[in-house]
Amino acid sequence: MKILVTVKEVAEAADDFEIEGTDIGEQFLEYDLNEWDDYAVEAAVQLSEEYDDVEVVSATIGPERSEETIRMALAKGVDRAIRVWDDDVAGADLDVAAKTRLFAAVVEEEEPDLVLSGVQAADDGFGATGVSLADEIGFDWAAVVNHLDTDDDLSTAHVHRELEGGIEELTDVDLPAVLTIQTGLNEPRYASLRGIRQAQGKEIAEFGLADLGLDADAVASPIERTAMYEPETESDATYFDGSADEQAAQLADVLRDKGVVSE
Amino acid sequence: MSDVLAVADHRRGELRDVSFEIVRAGRELAADLGGDLHLAVIAGDTEAFADRLSLAGVDAIHVVDDGVEFNHDLYAGATAALFEELSPTAVLMPNSVNGLDYAPAVANRLDLPLVADAVGLAYDGGLEATREMYGSKVETAVGVSEEPFAVTVRGGEWAAVEETADVPVEAFDYEFDESASGARVQGFEEVGAGDVDIADAEFLVSIGRGIEEEENLELIEELAEVTGATLSSSRPIVDNGWLPKNRQVGQSGKQVTPDVYLAIGISGAVQHVAGMKGAETIIAINTDPNAPIFDIADYGIVGDLFDVVPELIEQFS
Ligand SMILES: Cc1cc2nc3c(=O)[nH]c(=O)nc-3n(C[C@H](O)[C@H](O)[C@H](O)COP(=O)(O)OP(=O)(O)OC[C@H]3O[C@@H](n4cnc5c(N)ncnc54)[C@H](O)[C@@H]3O)c2cc1C
Repeated sequence: MKILVTVKEVAEAADDFEIEGTDIGEQFLEYDLNEWDDYAVEAAVQLSEEYDDVEVVSATIGPERSEETIRMALAKGVDRAIRVWDDDVAGADLDVAAKTRLFAAVVEEEEPDLVLSGVQAADDGFGATGVSLADEIGFDWAAVVNHLDTDDDLSTAHVHRELEGGIEELTDVDLPAVLTIQTGLNEPRYASLRGIRQAQGKEIAEFGLADLGLDADAVASPIERTAMYEPETESDATYFDGSADEQAAQLADVLRDKGVVSE
Repeated sequence: MSDVLAVADHRRGELRDVSFEIVRAGRELAADLGGDLHLAVIAGDTEAFADRLSLAGVDAIHVVDDGVEFNHDLYAGATAALFEELSPTAVLMPNSVNGLDYAPAVANRLDLPLVADAVGLAYDGGLEATREMYGSKVETAVGVSEEPFAVTVRGGEWAAVEETADVPVEAFDYEFDESASGARVQGFEEVGAGDVDIADAEFLVSIGRGIEEEENLELIEELAEVTGATLSSSRPIVDNGWLPKNRQVGQSGKQVTPDVYLAIGISGAVQHVAGMKGAETIIAINTDPNAPIFDIADYGIVGDLFDVVPELIEQFS
């Protein structure tokens, strides 16, 4: 069995940042493996430990810099990685449809039995690629999975989908399938030193559009970010200034005032 | 005609709030487009739902009377079929957990550009949607240069439409072959019951990822102890197993309405805010002055919890 895990390097904005054009200035961004993908990687690696002959391949769309986060997945037990990138991809505003086309081409190449992806990416929060991909490649799917069991013959996944308000939907999904993974599904491991060393030797194959049998049309997108701005704060918060003990004293007064703390 | 098709959301016999909100989003967009608003109601007690959703600004309700609960194959198939029948310019679906499970498939199947999790929509010769990025630290404007298009709308961003009207209801025949569906809902389970119901608490001291390590939780427990507060948290604390699920505030946790909600080291992600914005007074302690939690806070301390909390404990000891 082969499991494909889609992983994304996501950007996080520093506490103090400036917007330059339609994005936050590069110098204010820090990159990390998307939190939701970390749980997806762990789920895949656990399956590979539980069953014989499971290969875990990660796929990412990202620039050379993103190899750092991919190495993290490799260090945690992913067998090998694929990175999709070229000048056309770099120059495009990738929308869900474009990502779907790229990952669908990777799926065609790899023919996985199961695809795991994070529910959403922490930076742009679209939350759509996994299900869109499933529909495109004709796999079954389940979104927002926070519990996963598989039949011994790996024909069916028994999942919980985490709904709103503390309710979970129990669903059976036939494989092959795409599952979008919610945090809390498992406990993502830390990469061990040995894992990190081993990851250095693992393969990261680079694919451009042509390698995937695609051309620049595949990444043409009718969706374009036209502006970015800091939201007008609706806040009329009263801020407590001063040293920590002064701030705490003012806060204590409010709590007493509101009558929630009795002494 | 430049019509809008919006899809309602329900679960276990109840329409979800977003169904009433999507009507407002839809009718505003339909007004900009100069077309009609069509509402789709799929599965469940469609008659009762259609009755409740006969709201001002809805021009027609289409009911697909098949199935009891949400099934993504039914929803994706029926929505796509209705779309093809009506040829609207826009299809709006909720960015709920169910929306996450079928809306991207609808967009893919119909080859529509998809804007997910919109918090604002305007149309002036083309769609311009408002979205958030980087954990709600920034807003973006997103232009869509193709029509028709698909949008999922964030719950809680549009005011629910309550004014009723007499809206024609039409049955839409959609052949759904359940046996061909590879995903089968087996049931539901409620999680998060336990000794304490944070929904009853008057004063919640709530902790987020800012606490960094499990050992540091002791500090917050001490604060809760000396102030007589109930301890709750954001999701990562529960994901890490540091607190049980019944302490989680938010979209997938509990909805709380205490007199005072003290958010410590919580950024204020939309799914967290969904659970606590009804608190009467919100106080936030966070090192990041741009943390979105401050947008809804009544009182704020921009500061390090490891400096402020010990002083606060001191105040009450
Ligand atoms: C479908 C779905 C459902 C979800 N449901 C929920 C839900 O029910 N509840 C929920 O909470 N989340 C939920 N989430 C997750 C949500 O998106 C966020 O990931 C989560 O709320 C972040 O938690 P946080 O604020 O504790 O962590 P972060 O976002 O990491 O924020 C930590 C904050 O602590 C601050 N900080 C750091 N150090 C300090 C310090 N020393 N002193 C003071 N401040 C400090 C930082 O500035 C930051 O603002 C859901 C997500 C999805 C996709």
